[in-house]
Amino acid sequence: MAMQSKRHAVVDTSLCVACGACMEVCPRGAITVWKGSYSVVDDALCIGCGLCARECPASVIRVEDRP
Amino acid sequence: MKKSHWYNYLWIWAVVYFAMGFFNILFAWLGLIDFFLPLIFAVGFGNKGFCNRYCDRGQLLRALGSQKGFSRRKDAPDWMKSRAFRYGFLVFFLVMFMNMLYATYQVFAGASNLREVVTLFWTIHVPWEWAYHGGAAPWAAQFAFGLYSIMLTSAILGILTMLAYKPRSWCVYCPMGTMTQLICRAKAGTREEEKTS
Repeated sequence: MAMQSKRHAVVDTSLCVACGACMEVCPRGAITVWKGSYSVVDDALCIGCGLCARECPASVIRVEDRP
Repeated sequence: MKKSHWYNYLWIWAVVYFAMGFFNILFAWLGLIDFFLPLIFAVGFGNKGFCNRYCDRGQLLRALGSQKGFSRRKDAPDWMKSRAFRYGFLVFFLVMFMNMLYATYQVFAGASNLREVVTLFWTIHVPWEWAYHGGAAPWAAQFAFGLYSIMLTSAILGILTMLAYKPRSWCVYCPMGTMTQLICRAKAGTREEEKTS
């Protein structure tokens, strides 16, 4: 298995507006909007680049160290 | 740079829509597409495919804010992102929409005359009589003026918050977005129950 990035994107699903702006910018195609309700990041694909966090209009995505 | 998809060019529709309504207000009826499509996605398929890909407004704000770099990219204030504001704005928007339908009905019933104005921010009347050349019932024209007013007001709000905050800040408090997310969440909830029972 490929080595994982040190950091990854974490979504506060309670305040996500499900607009899909993050999905649009993700270079890895790691983000989907789950049933029109909130964004979900595929942790295995996320490289922690932070483009989604920069784009998120509700600012509910943080790039954090992986546990 | 990611490659563009065809739907990234849907911002052109937003520009064409406002341009057509400037010359003939009856084209404003086409704005109903932006009301029905998101509801069809949400009610029919339980997703926000419209917001996520095909919203001309979202693509316009992305093109101007993200790609052209007109957005300051600051965090929107907390109140703007709060559920209270989002739901409150949805209710306000629906009330004003009903108000517009009532004005249409009044013209239909002959209780009031057609007002050839575009109303910005629900208060400012902008003369727009050059865009109506007859060719439709007065009530149909009244509805067109009303819908164009709503579309233009929300576009201006969207562009202002695009400049001040994130490119797609409008999406946070967009009434259609809030409504379709509520529908999707409700549908997702019931589907989860179906799965577990």
